[in-house]
Amino acid sequence: MAPTHGAVRRARLPVAGRLRSSRMPVIEQLPIPSPSQVMLMALEPLVGLEVHVQLATDSKMFCGCSTQFGAQPNSNVCPTCLGLPGSLPVPNRRAVEYVIRTAAALGCTVAKRCRFARKNYFYPDLPKNFQVSQYDEPLSFDGHIDLNVNGDEVRIRIRRAHLEEDTGKNLHLASGSSLVEYNRCGIPLMEIVTEPDFTTAEQCREYLTQLRLILRAIGVSNANMEEGAMRAEPTVNLRDPETGEATPMVEIKNLNSIRSVYEAVRYEIERQRQAVAEGREDELFQQTRRWDEANGATALMRRKETSDDYMYFPEPDLVPLEPDPAWVEEIYASCPELPAARCDRFQEQYGLPEYDARVLTESREVADLFEATCERFEGAAKIVSNWVMGDVMSLLNEAEVAVADSPVTGEGLAELLALIEESVISGKIAKDVLAKMFETGKGAREIVEEEGLGQISDTGELEAIIDQVIADNPGPAEDFRGGKDKAIGFLIGQVMKATKGQANPGLVNEIMREKLG
Amino acid sequence: MPDVSREVVEHVAMLARLALTEDEIQRLQKELGRILEHADKLQAIDVEGVEATSHVIPMTNVFREDELGESLDVDEVVANAPDVADKFFRVPRIVED
Amino acid sequence: MKLHELTAHELSERLASGEVSAVEVAEAIFARIEEVEGQVDAFLALTRDQALEQARQVDDRRAGGEKPGALAGVPIGIKDVLCTKGVLTTCGSRILEGFRPPYDATVVRRCRDAGMPMLGKTNMDEFAMGSSTENSAYKVTRNPWDLDRVPGGSSGGSAAAVAAGEAPVALGSDTGGSIRQPAALCGISGLKPTYGRVSRYGLVAYASSLDQVGPLARDVRDCALVMNVLAGRDPHDATSADIPVPDYVAGLTGDVSGLRAGVPRELMGEGIEPEVKAVVEAAIGQLAELGMAVEEVEMPNLDYSLPVYYLVAPAEAASNLARYDGVRYGHRTEEEVADVYDLFAKSRGEGFGPEVRLRIMLGTFALSAGYYDAYYLKAQRVRTLIKQDFDAAFADHDVLISPTSPTVAFGIGEKADDPLQMKLADICTIPVNLAGIPALSIPCGMAEGLPVGLQIMGRPFEEDLILRVGDAYQQATDWHAKRPAL
Repeated sequence: MAPTHGAVRRARLPVAGRLRSSRMPVIEQLPIPSPSQVMLMALEPLVGLEVHVQLATDSKMFCGCSTQFGAQPNSNVCPTCLGLPGSLPVPNRRAVEYVIRTAAALGCTVAKRCRFARKNYFYPDLPKNFQVSQYDEPLSFDGHIDLNVNGDEVRIRIRRAHLEEDTGKNLHLASGSSLVEYNRCGIPLMEIVTEPDFTTAEQCREYLTQLRLILRAIGVSNANMEEGAMRAEPTVNLRDPETGEATPMVEIKNLNSIRSVYEAVRYEIERQRQAVAEGREDELFQQTRRWDEANGATALMRRKETSDDYMYFPEPDLVPLEPDPAWVEEIYASCPELPAARCDRFQEQYGLPEYDARVLTESREVADLFEATCERFEGAAKIVSNWVMGDVMSLLNEAEVAVADSPVTGEGLAELLALIEESVISGKIAKDVLAKMFETGKGAREIVEEEGLGQISDTGELEAIIDQVIADNPGPAEDFRGGKDKAIGFLIGQVMKATKGQANPGLVNEIMREKLG
Repeated sequence: MPDVSREVVEHVAMLARLALTEDEIQRLQKELGRILEHADKLQAIDVEGVEATSHVIPMTNVFREDELGESLDVDEVVANAPDVADKFFRVPRIVED
Repeated sequence: MKLHELTAHELSERLASGEVSAVEVAEAIFARIEEVEGQVDAFLALTRDQALEQARQVDDRRAGGEKPGALAGVPIGIKDVLCTKGVLTTCGSRILEGFRPPYDATVVRRCRDAGMPMLGKTNMDEFAMGSSTENSAYKVTRNPWDLDRVPGGSSGGSAAAVAAGEAPVALGSDTGGSIRQPAALCGISGLKPTYGRVSRYGLVAYASSLDQVGPLARDVRDCALVMNVLAGRDPHDATSADIPVPDYVAGLTGDVSGLRAGVPRELMGEGIEPEVKAVVEAAIGQLAELGMAVEEVEMPNLDYSLPVYYLVAPAEAASNLARYDGVRYGHRTEEEVADVYDLFAKSRGEGFGPEVRLRIMLGTFALSAGYYDAYYLKAQRVRTLIKQDFDAAFADHDVLISPTSPTVAFGIGEKADDPLQMKLADICTIPVNLAGIPALSIPCGMAEGLPVGLQIMGRPFEEDLILRVGDAYQQATDWHAKRPAL
């Protein structure tokens, strides 16, 4: 992927969502059509997604405090992230790198020059009562993610991906007062904003699924929605494609899983459709709604009469960023293959079914293990896929070991599969060998040799081979039956040859005599 | 000199989260009016094509490496706070935003 | 001469030779403070025990054969806008009453590391907003030359302390003249360094793009000594410059012949009191006698400095001061509150003084929707024009010269009711901050029996040159040696 550099420019500003102040163009508020008109319109949903992603750096965005999740309250805090008088921010180079890496993965342009801006608003989780963010000069912009939803190709345009700092946390008490702590405050946060290109809740779900895969694949975030490392806020409204008239924008909050985003968007599209269809104009106004998981519905949080005034201005405590083109190029060049592309390639290159390809590419580490195995294994890729998705994954899950830390490498797995392929061991025995490889970290051949598993002692398996040898060599078989005892030596030799010397000779002799007897 | 309107003063006070007394509102209407009149001197200046100066000494790309530094002791963090509960800062009811 | 009357470099020599100990120096200064502080009111907090302990450590090191730096054992006053670990830091504001930071400002740490005992925290206009130190929420500091007059501001406590012999040197901060103007009004020397020359980490922000920390001292040589301690890149301040720091003392050669000086006409105009102007003109004559080529320059955009400053600085201040909300530190209202926003508004309304409230309102207005382009952005663009005027003037002049303050020290309460009049006090100093350049104020004569300051402005990072000019002037004159009779 080649880096694209934009000229210094003011990127298009988000129309929807929290980034708007009245200094920005505001989407035109249109009169709500009467029900009779509505009947004639095929209303099309316009959904946009604003996703916040915590970046997986060790230290915070502007100070050296740890980003560790679940620490004691107010223990990962210093003068800077506590916003003490006199403290100053210094940006984390890796956080900038992670946004550029994301830009590479999303086909975005990296700004030649950009700045941080202060977003001024008062809230107890914001210790300076402003957030260091980016406003009209985002670090990257103009990308896309291509989705395949129910067989349809959909392109979702990414408007911008910028860098900011996370806020602290408020805990609301039953007494009415709240507790505030700032461990989360200052963790680097990447905000990825799409154009309002989604027309269905399914598309939103697939986008978030793909985005999460991408972020994990490029290693910039664990993108865990339950822990809040990835947060999504949709904006939903309806538009008449013929006239361009649109209903007022609704923002949805309190979504903490991909499923809840899916359900909330589906609910909200339907709610607005019905309100239009039934002429309940009083329900259509610019507002923020809260997803109520228990009731499976969105509920009004607050009416947005005027857009919020965040009084953005360039952050005077930080100097402009001008990412070195060579650095950007290096990051683009090292951008790994993305899950969707890898999924396609797995089907083509290895002839895998789509299901296998998709499962394997859900995790970069799993896909890497698969490919590392295939590289050293001469048998069918589908065999590798079966083993990786099956036994390998269940052993890892049982032991709660991350794929990256797996004691069985691609090389090790290939060795094991070769033993099956060479009929040194049966598939059944191989499962036991794999388990021992996990336990001991030893190689497959080593285990097979140590435990004598290589001798084929499975009578069923041997019988089949012996039957074949007898069938293939009718002359010597007849000779033996005719009393030429020596002829059995030739036949046993053939079995040993067929089993590459791994058959249990005593057993072969016994079975052979039985068969010929 | 024109006073700034009461509505503007009240709106700005809301943005700045400043509680103002009646006297203060009137004082600010006058004083802001005076200063802004003085500032209007700038309006006539032609700044077509002139970049804004937000950083007076040209510098770019100042970073820190992603390395852990020292955090404060929790007791130091809350030492200056007016109301603390279990090492948290305590505040009255938060209106949801 | 008594110890409290000596300059830092004189003390430095006596300490190095073993003629006096650091403890003796600190004791002598605290004795002087005891003697005159009741009249001057320069300090908000004194840190005697800490200072004596630091002095003892310096003496121990010397006794152990070490050679600590030139300023080891020379005590210093710290403006209350600088964070001092465990020591009261209020910025002259009720809203920070009782605030004890858990960390030291980088400049404070550098002074500690240099072995300079900290005398205490000096009074200032609340959050450095003002030109008289009358905006302090705690006390009114008096000018040692005339106790009925202001010491200037906002670093009035630091300037008065140095002038009164309560500190050989002190740190101040300068956003629109807050080091130079009080230095001028108190008859001492003060340097505002280039933006980025000295770390702002731990300097409680007023206007982040204009603030700088610098020394106030009895002469230019002392300013140079302190700058050797303060200057240099700080990894905690992303705006601090990674540019080599010269030895400022070594640069004081006394030779200024051939240097070209410009005198901006706009800074010698109607606003300057005739007596002040006459003294400054005489001083300029003296510089010419020292071999400098002096000529008038035109910098027409300087006329816009005041309105630009009074949009840019309050806008940044409104944002910088948003953090004082009664949650994590500082004043919290004791009134009933409906919710957390009510808590913010009441705590802030009570904690900030009237001038700070005015500037927060002004700055918020300038940033708010519908006004941003016309006020804040416009001001930042005109700021560019002002900077361009300086660039042009420095293309063929090595330094620029002007009065520091258009008047001598005015009476306490005289301008307090006329905020706009008060703001004119900074008319000569503000352009320097807008352009980010360094400037020095030195005493250059008396008018109405009060000191007059001469401002010497230089190109970015040429502190060494303006210090050399100021020092050469002081080698040839003795205005800097005059002391108020207290």
